[in-house]
Amino acid sequence: MQAKTLYDKLWEDHVVRTDEDGTALLYIDRQLVHEVTSPQAFEGLRLAGRKPRRVDANLATPDHNVPTKNLDQGISDPVSRLQVETLGENCDEFGITEFGMGDIRQGIVHVIGPEQGAVLPGMTVVCGDSHTSTHGALGTLAFGIGTSEVEHVLATQCLIQKKSKSMLIEVVGKASPSVTAKDIILAIIGEIGTAGGTGYAIEFGGSAIRDLSVEGRMTLCNMAIEAGARAGFIAVDEKTIDYVKGRPYAPSADQWRQAADYWKTLHSDDGATFDKVVRIDAAALVPQVTWGTSPEMVVGIDASVPDPDIIDDAVRADGMRRALEYMGLEANTPINAIQLDKIFIGSCTNSRIEDLRAAAEVVKDHSVADSITLAMVVPGSGLVKQQAEEEGLDAVFLEAGFEWREPGCSMCLAMNADRLEAGERCASTSNRNFEGRQGQGGRTHLVSPAMAAAAAIYGHFVDVREL
Amino acid sequence: MEKFSPFAGVVCPLDRANVDTDAIIPKQFLKSIKRSGFGPNLFDEWRYLDHGEPGMDNSKRHTNPDFVLNDARYRGASILLARENFGCGSSREHAPWALADYGFRVIIAPGYADIFYNNCFKNSILPVVLDAEIVDGLFNKAGDDTALHIDVDLEQQQLRVGDEVIGFEVDPFRKHCLLEGLDDIGLTLQHVDAIDAYEERRRRQTPWLFA
Ligand code: SF4
Repeated sequence: MQAKTLYDKLWEDHVVRTDEDGTALLYIDRQLVHEVTSPQAFEGLRLAGRKPRRVDANLATPDHNVPTKNLDQGISDPVSRLQVETLGENCDEFGITEFGMGDIRQGIVHVIGPEQGAVLPGMTVVCGDSHTSTHGALGTLAFGIGTSEVEHVLATQCLIQKKSKSMLIEVVGKASPSVTAKDIILAIIGEIGTAGGTGYAIEFGGSAIRDLSVEGRMTLCNMAIEAGARAGFIAVDEKTIDYVKGRPYAPSADQWRQAADYWKTLHSDDGATFDKVVRIDAAALVPQVTWGTSPEMVVGIDASVPDPDIIDDAVRADGMRRALEYMGLEANTPINAIQLDKIFIGSCTNSRIEDLRAAAEVVKDHSVADSITLAMVVPGSGLVKQQAEEEGLDAVFLEAGFEWREPGCSMCLAMNADRLEAGERCASTSNRNFEGRQGQGGRTHLVSPAMAAAAAIYGHFVDVREL
Repeated sequence: MEKFSPFAGVVCPLDRANVDTDAIIPKQFLKSIKRSGFGPNLFDEWRYLDHGEPGMDNSKRHTNPDFVLNDARYRGASILLARENFGCGSSREHAPWALADYGFRVIIAPGYADIFYNNCFKNSILPVVLDAEIVDGLFNKAGDDTALHIDVDLEQQQLRVGDEVIGFEVDPFRKHCLLEGLDDIGLTLQHVDAIDAYEERRRRQTPWLFA
């Protein structure tokens, strides 16, 4: 039998039919739905007089627009409110399960999917959201789609797809304890670039990936899209299966064994070949900080802001100059000399319980620096928040001067009231440092939760390895 | 969907790499529950000097004279010339909706982000991929005092720039759908028997997915 990659297996298990030119109809097991990219899809269904093919395959929650404080007052912005209400009405009309505002299970789609066991190994998972790649951490084929495709999945439970090329990114060796999944993925993007994965589905492997917890793997796969990849995923192992066990939507007793046996086959076979292989040495990695307006503009905490004047490629140098100007940074400034205004710990990249624990450990018995105007923690879901409170993490943050907020996307993209003002500089655990992402004129530096927490205490970036 | 027929259009050169979908249509406009009306806010943060919010009267806002969309030469442009990795970032289909609503029907660039590329075809926009050197050459021409016109013929897979003919590749299935204005859902529903059969098989093999 020919050796197969994990991607081959996931793909072949979901092909309904294939045309001669390789265009396939791919079956989708799970669709996650949020308020921003779904209204036009439901509207399309209604206009065509169509019904969802399988309501049980969909799970919805509002996340992008929800406020992170004073929830009892509802959403004050009428346009945001209408969008969230529209999701509720559409779910009611079509019979789709929704964890609405006020439900303890509400949260960021990419946090609640795995948390509920609604995402299981071996599934195809889609959402009208680019960070759907997150779910690849569980050994799924998961990718973001546009609204027309959301409608297509609702109506047909399938998507028209062509198979991507395959890439293996092997992270070998052992990472230092303060080098997290976030640092690994930022370093990978720095290495291959934001278009480095375009046209590929990326499997992450190697000892440093196996060493990561399942939540760490989600952080990693979450940002596969920032490397341009169609999807990012990781082979199933015992950790994956343990993670899934007992979750509300996970298979129960009689089907558990059958499912787990199948899941254990979800890895690339020995001798399977990839179109491209990239090797990264984990032992050489240090905590990462982005300095520019693209995730590939990243360096280690011990480095300085790079100098466009020594770059030969004119388009690239030009992009760097533009980024430095937007970021208000001088070339050759040491990263640890960069002063921050705000700190954001949250987003589908880093808002799970382990992220909050890592940040709290750094914050414990310290206070937020006076120069920081706002430091906020936004848990990824109501259940993450509850768990953190049971562990007393909220008290650690509050005593240090952080704000402890309600779950949602929040200042990851500033669609609700949480945002940067023009010129403000933020250490953020989110995934995008694009111009205006966290508020028009706002300046974002992407870091791990521990690095963000340390920056809150010192008022500037510091190397968490030295704390 | 409208059928994609041959046309001649003015080229608007947007000389930046890695233009992301947040830049194409900023997040505050994503709150709309409609598919149309995004054109006036295309590239909002670059196009206007003041901060835009949904519902504003855009004709009263301060435009940025240095941004290409505001350059009189490119008024009525229907072809957008761009650099590497166009449309990266968020999956928002609002980006092609905004481009189409503004009047762009073709984009020319050396490469695109995956989801954006897909989304274009669903909205009658043709994203043409050309070698970086050819794109560079077009940027030189498009910067002239008189706007550059290009004839686009999808059937022939050709761009005509003056006397020069530039061929391009496009997936045959997508080409067919664009030319015929076909709706994907309708096409897929022709295979409903195959979907039924697949589901039946999977129900047996992986019953936990159908709980
Ligand atoms: S947390 Fe940020 S990246 Fe994640 S889904 Fe929400 S807006 Fe998108």
